[in-house]
Amino acid sequence: MATRVGMEVSIAAAEAVKQANVDVIAAYPITPQTHIVEHLSEVVNNGELDAEFIPVESEHSAMSVCTGSSAAGARSFTCTSSQGLALMSEIVYITSSLRLPILMLLANRSLSGPLSIWNDHTDVMSIRDCGWIQVFVENGQEVYDHVFIGYRVAEDRNVLLPFMVNLDGFVLTHVIEPIEFLDQEIVDRYLPPYQPKYSLHPDHPVTMGAFATPALYTETKKAQTESLTEAMPYVLKAWQEFGDMTGRYYHPVETYKTEGAKVVLVTQGSLSETATLAIDSLQGAGEPVGLVKIRLWRPFPFEEFKEAVAGADLVVVMDRAISYGGPGGPLASEIRSALYAQEKRPRIVNFIAGIAGRDVAPEDFVHMIQQAQERPGEWYELYGVRE
Amino acid sequence: MAKPEHEITWKELNVGCVIDEPGNAAAYRTGDWRSQRPVYNKDRCIRCGTCYIFCPDMAIKILADGYIEHDLYYCKGCGICVEECPTDAITMVDEEE
Repeated sequence: MATRVGMEVSIAAAEAVKQANVDVIAAYPITPQTHIVEHLSEVVNNGELDAEFIPVESEHSAMSVCTGSSAAGARSFTCTSSQGLALMSEIVYITSSLRLPILMLLANRSLSGPLSIWNDHTDVMSIRDCGWIQVFVENGQEVYDHVFIGYRVAEDRNVLLPFMVNLDGFVLTHVIEPIEFLDQEIVDRYLPPYQPKYSLHPDHPVTMGAFATPALYTETKKAQTESLTEAMPYVLKAWQEFGDMTGRYYHPVETYKTEGAKVVLVTQGSLSETATLAIDSLQGAGEPVGLVKIRLWRPFPFEEFKEAVAGADLVVVMDRAISYGGPGGPLASEIRSALYAQEKRPRIVNFIAGIAGRDVAPEDFVHMIQQAQERPGEWYELYGVRE
Repeated sequence: MAKPEHEITWKELNVGCVIDEPGNAAAYRTGDWRSQRPVYNKDRCIRCGTCYIFCPDMAIKILADGYIEHDLYYCKGCGICVEECPTDAITMVDEEE
């Protein structure tokens, strides 16, 4: 029987990494990811996990170590935030092109400057096109679960791609939540040992990371983008099997009270839970408003998203990052693209909110929806900015 | 031997573009880079082997009789053999000529 324990989400995440029996951990501490790495160093030091813990000198090295260890066939783990991700970004793109199934927890934090340690999604959006499978989670349980799901998908012979779990910094990493732990035998059944297709071994020499001339580079990129698109059914399969085992089912796009909704709010990450309170109060007042949460960011679930907003006249998208000088936020851009070719397209309004840890309360969502209903046209704005 | 690069389709690439055929760089025609090619004058050659030692691509073969031959499949046309030859037995000419 699974046990339910009150625990800081970072510690639960580290415990999941332990249960996933990783071989190599390479990470550099950065707020708000620090507790995950700290706990893992204890777990390895205490002999609870037989893994190499490599305390690297930077995030660039963390991802480089994971690239090397994963290429040698080791189940490899790292986690970071914000500036750490920016520093490792060179290697982040390389791991996906090498098709290495590394798992990274990204404790989402604003990118400098101004210097900020607080939560938003500007870090992950800066590497949106890095070729990793990218999911967003809402609470501690989802963080814990996605460590297993992530490796399961990433290491699938039909996928072989790195997997990134986005969890909001502080809002998730530093809170204590009830977490339902899985028995080790269930984890072991769901997540068998990693069997690499290719690995670096002197008995079977291979070259990884070779040069590609203009005569071949385009073909390599076609193969890479297809691999990410084609990962979708294996992500769904891993979620389905996880659900059958635990009763917790995950989907690329999740809906809350969208039946008959004429107005749909779109969110990502932990603020989705806050948004449900706004939906409850608006529906209580007779407003036909529902919520759509984007869990799978890459590969983007175009079909599932279109289906989720099919009945809506107005789609209100909340972004937590800005595309400076561009069309607003990256999530809204994606949604406009997804809906552009529709015969009947809803009006799309975009709010950029909750930047660098600024609170977004249920009443803020209510206010955003009301503003979008009252002001015609398609536009974006930074919500709550002082004029 | 691996296919030439410009014939490989995206579906034929290994996962992660892994190269699992050791030594297949030998298939790569670096001679395509050449804008000038070496011309060898056997009459001036004293069979010292200096060009063979200095060639950075090992694109010079020493034949059984001690004279040499350039392997134009690999020769990039760097001209180091011309520079090093003590008897001026090698000269460079433009590829168009």
